Amino acid sequence: MAFYIVKRLLWTVVLMVLISAITFLLFYVLPTADPAALRAGRSPSPETLALIREQLGLDRPLIEQFWSFLRDLFLHFDLGNSFVNNEPVRPTLLDRIPATLFLVFGAAIVWVVVGVTIGIVSAVFRGTIWDRILMGGALLAISAPVYWLGLIGLFLFSEDIGKFGLLPGSGAYQDADGVLGQAHALVMPWIVLSAAFAAVYARLLRANLLETLSEDYIRTARAKGLSERRVVLQHGLRSAGTPIVTVLGLDIGILFGGAILTETVFNIPGVGRYAFEAISRGDLATIQGTTVFLALGVALMSLLVDIIYAFLDPRVRY
Amino acid sequence: MAPLLEVADLKVHFRTDDGVVQAVDGISYSVQPGQTLGIVGESGSGKSVSSMTVMGLTRSPKSDISGTVTFDGRDLLSASNEELRKVRGNDIAMIFQDPLSSLHPFYKIGKQLMEAVRTHRDVSKAQARDRAVEMLGLVGIPEPRRRIDSYPHEFSGGMRQRVMIAMALMNDPKLLIADEPTTALDVTVQAQILKLIKKLQTELGTAVVMITHDLGVVADVADEIAVMYAGRIVEHADKRTLFDAPRHPYTWGLLRSIPRLDTARDHVLVPIPGRPPSLITKPSGCAFNPRCVYATPESRTTDPVLLPTAPGSGHLVACTLSEEQRASTWKGIVGGEDPA
Repeated sequence: MAFYIVKRLLWTVVLMVLISAITFLLFYVLPTADPAALRAGRSPSPETLALIREQLGLDRPLIEQFWSFLRDLFLHFDLGNSFVNNEPVRPTLLDRIPATLFLVFGAAIVWVVVGVTIGIVSAVFRGTIWDRILMGGALLAISAPVYWLGLIGLFLFSEDIGKFGLLPGSGAYQDADGVLGQAHALVMPWIVLSAAFAAVYARLLRANLLETLSEDYIRTARAKGLSERRVVLQHGLRSAGTPIVTVLGLDIGILFGGAILTETVFNIPGVGRYAFEAISRGDLATIQGTTVFLALGVALMSLLVDIIYAFLDPRVRY
Repeated sequence: MAPLLEVADLKVHFRTDDGVVQAVDGISYSVQPGQTLGIVGESGSGKSVSSMTVMGLTRSPKSDISGTVTFDGRDLLSASNEELRKVRGNDIAMIFQDPLSSLHPFYKIGKQLMEAVRTHRDVSKAQARDRAVEMLGLVGIPEPRRRIDSYPHEFSGGMRQRVMIAMALMNDPKLLIADEPTTALDVTVQAQILKLIKKLQTELGTAVVMITHDLGVVADVADEIAVMYAGRIVEHADKRTLFDAPRHPYTWGLLRSIPRLDTARDHVLVPIPGRPPSLITKPSGCAFNPRCVYATPESRTTDPVLLPTAPGSGHLVACTLSEEQRASTWKGIVGGEDPA
């Protein structure tokens, strides 16, 4: 097991180098945009451009540039300076991470609890009116885009502009005091962000559970005289819930890069809004920083998933 | 002696989108304490459904169950789900065809065995564990104290079936229903498992209902045999009579399609032609008539009932042929006549 974890860790490092290389290629080599031109402002003279090139080291050979990019990234977690205001990307990014983590993990708890509960109820009452209502609701939640749902939520329930004024609205997170205040400010974003995920998880779990409940070992559990509650919630869920872990890990990893839409709609100063701002300004260094951070998140979460899976499924041995 | 299990006119119909599946269509049988009844038939003959129904495992909004199932003086069909749950795994236990898929892949076998006791009895974990070790030893698992912490996939097929048997016998059930317990196993292992079931049955006095498609299996272990076809029992007799003087053409077909060591080498195996009928639209008359080489115009119109071959006889047959015709035809078959 220890060997497997070390192996997976090394592989994660390799993966990170590969991702960095691709990011580097995209931002520095491909003619999407010339970093120097972006940095130089409107109609710069050739001399200014050359000067900036020299400052940024863009006149050096590519491989050398890549090496220093990698070195800065891995040794100092240095993501360079913003092309817009020349501020270093790292401190700003680090500053933005807590809000994103709070948003993502809070939402993850909501969507797992809601999704799993709905999935179980739907599977147990399969074919009944409850099943249909819940699955119909799930389809609606999947179909509703986050920005639409977010705006509707604000329109109806936010304290400032909402019709019913129940929950803190857009921008409340920045003004909130303390963890509890921040949590309160995040209630609506959590609900909005988790809606589609909860729906997907409910459908996934329902399908898994229905399949599991027709397994022979479930028949054995019933034949043993276990109560139906234990058959479903213990024997059934143990098998049907395991694949959820994989999906959950990757979903959380991807959201590390920022729940861009949610953070933008609710004006939460997280990684996602940072990325959104960078994209709208063409700030390549910042986009690159958030991209590398997203990649790191996905790689680490999939590592975590693989390790957890080895514990969850005794048949998996490495 | 009062029978341990008495099934009378049991009907199990499933309502599906394609129509009503008459999986079990009025069967009756009884099992005495300590006795073994073999139920033989092809896939889809209703043999598994009938025994699952005894356990209450076919109850669903889409199934219609009628008749009576009396176990140890109690009517199981009218029992509440909770009453039935207390009977399952405690008084009546069941083992299944595929021992790998029948054990939960994520739980250690020790946990699965202990669960069987602790569901029905108020015993400590340590007591349940001791019982599990004892039972694993009894069914022939080497080093049970160590193996109890293994997962199902760490056992071979035969060993898994031993684990299933140990689990079924954890609570000293009065009746064990074995649904094709050897079908998924290697031939050599099949014999071991059958021997084990037989041995435990004599030691523990458990009655057994052995469900199989293989007459060879019941030849070994059963006291009485019921042959099922299309949801009905078509012939019921003690083992000796069934093998020596079978009276139903379907039983003849089954007997003629199994290889034997005591017949001549050039003796041909005769398969039963055709396929089992749909249980939604059964053939008129005798359900076996489209595949029966002895079918008469009468068997195409008259649905035969299960009747004794002679007044007071325990040998029951459902066939429109007369007893004389059947006796002479079987004599002919034994003598080497081939009707086809």
